[in-house]
Amino acid sequence: MSIAAAPEAPVRGIRGYFRNPWRRPRFLQATTIGYLLWSLLPVIIAVIFSFNAGRSRASWQGFGLRWWTADPTDSILHDAEIRAAMLQTFKLSILTVIIAVPLGTLFAIGIDRWHGRPARAANFTMLLSFVVPEIILGVSLYILFTSLFKNFIPLGTNAQLLGLIAYQVSYPVIIVRARLLSIGPEYEEAAMDLGGTPNQAIRRVLLPLLTPAIFASVALVFADTVDDFVTVQALSAGSTSQTLAMKIYSAARASPTPEVNAAATVMLISTLLVIAGGVLFYKRFSKGQELGGATDFAQL
Amino acid sequence: MPEIATETTAPVGQEQAEEPRRRRRRRRGDPGTSDERSGVWYPRWYWPSFIAPGTIALIFLFVLPFYVVFSVAFGTVDFNNFGTAVPYYAPWWWSFHTFNGTLQQFYAGSHIYQDPLFRTFEYVIAASIICLVVGYAVAYYTARFATKYKGLILILLVSPFWISYLMRIYAWQGLLDTDGPINVILGPFGFRNTNFLEGKPITIILGLVYGYIPFMILPIYASLDRIQESLLEAGRDLGGSGAQTFWRVTLPLSRPAILAGIVIVTLPMFGDYYTNDLLGSTKTSMFGNLISQQTEATAGSTRAASLVLILSVIVLIPMMYYLRETKRQVEQA
Repeated sequence: MSIAAAPEAPVRGIRGYFRNPWRRPRFLQATTIGYLLWSLLPVIIAVIFSFNAGRSRASWQGFGLRWWTADPTDSILHDAEIRAAMLQTFKLSILTVIIAVPLGTLFAIGIDRWHGRPARAANFTMLLSFVVPEIILGVSLYILFTSLFKNFIPLGTNAQLLGLIAYQVSYPVIIVRARLLSIGPEYEEAAMDLGGTPNQAIRRVLLPLLTPAIFASVALVFADTVDDFVTVQALSAGSTSQTLAMKIYSAARASPTPEVNAAATVMLISTLLVIAGGVLFYKRFSKGQELGGATDFAQL
Repeated sequence: MPEIATETTAPVGQEQAEEPRRRRRRRRGDPGTSDERSGVWYPRWYWPSFIAPGTIALIFLFVLPFYVVFSVAFGTVDFNNFGTAVPYYAPWWWSFHTFNGTLQQFYAGSHIYQDPLFRTFEYVIAASIICLVVGYAVAYYTARFATKYKGLILILLVSPFWISYLMRIYAWQGLLDTDGPINVILGPFGFRNTNFLEGKPITIILGLVYGYIPFMILPIYASLDRIQESLLEAGRDLGGSGAQTFWRVTLPLSRPAILAGIVIVTLPMFGDYYTNDLLGSTKTSMFGNLISQQTEATAGSTRAASLVLILSVIVLIPMMYYLRETKRQVEQA
């Protein structure tokens, strides 16, 4: 009896696993889980170590708020340099958002409607600024601000701001453009058929439709400038224009304490909050229009 | 259904509406720009004025700096003034003397730049291959098999984008320290008190993978997610094994995304210097380090400019490929 049934019974063991066409993809699953752990655990550990009671950021010496608030000089609450760096970081980020997002949005609308030769050239340059490795743009700007513009825009906050605008302006262009392509010209045409002028059509029809994309750009540009390091460092004028990222970099090369972990955690939380806000906003405003949500946002 | 209806009826009505506007434009003698589909008349300057502010910013902050890089690289050096750069802004004055001096460091004399250059290629190629293999597996699993947890996995896959690159590399610095967790874990396997941060190529390569692999996963995921189930079923119905179907259907369909992923990953890797600054030493310095050292030096502008030009030539081909691909995608959309 059992002999007759044997060929049909499932073959167990490793060979049976590979013969089964409906096998679970164990190997791929393990790779994915392993990858996710590998990609996120180090950051989580670094955040945890900001609460280390001792000076080490590698071996745990007990829990304490020393590097956050308790230490009178070396905690991020009391360290004047860190506070100045935070201020500089957020100042640059907010100003970059205020300038780069409108520039990029207008540019995207213009590029979408005007297909002349200058528009194509401008679009090509814009995309080029998007793909060029950051060090090329950063060092080029450094050379510009130390040679040709030496006398009226020296290195420092203004130079950093201009550099960030140059590097970030392409993000809103790409996001808004993608949105424009999916909206199509019909709504605007309808608005003008109903008697609106082109300006009214843009202000009262197109811009509200673009709101999710504009907010996505704001979140993206803000997060990216907070994290930016290469451009900001290349264009800084020493300690007066130091940002958090630069502070982490210089401390990491010297003798870092968990204070750096705490500063990095502040940076992490601020970017994640802004991005989460951007995702929620995007989800709410693009409801029913597209796939919506995080996956959509992710592909921007 | 409504689309078909508008297509058959709209042109008649539209043309009638357009007629007066067009005539008015001709009478004024102003060619203007007109959106042919809507027939709305826009002044000639209307759309250009949208592009103008961004374009001006780009000209002054992207095109001009690059031109100045040429002027500095092809300029000369003032030896009476600590070797500061003397740029030649007029192309007909450009001299290639100082640029040649930099270029020669790659192959002639003491060729101090040769090792970093070769190292950069080695690391970038090794890291891209690892990114591709691991990234493809993760993207494939997420697109095909992650059912219930797909949203969560996607969020986790995207989250490294919003964590500062510097912080992610800094996190590894703590882990890899001689008294750090990695040494504790690997201790029983004969790695006790290994200094992973003293310029080990494997540390840098894995650091680069760690930093840039998210850029590889997302495009591949997006393309795998778009592949229709019916194509894979057809592959199986026609007698292909699972591996054959993958090899002859899935892989060719994801080829553009693989190429795009490789380009997106290699471009920043070629310019990377902070990974090595944080996880390596001069033994593992890369092309980016050469440039960043020059910007920190007192009179390094000329060198830095020459190196930027050389790096631009290296990344030119992947950059042009990427631009062509995005252009094609926009046109298809």
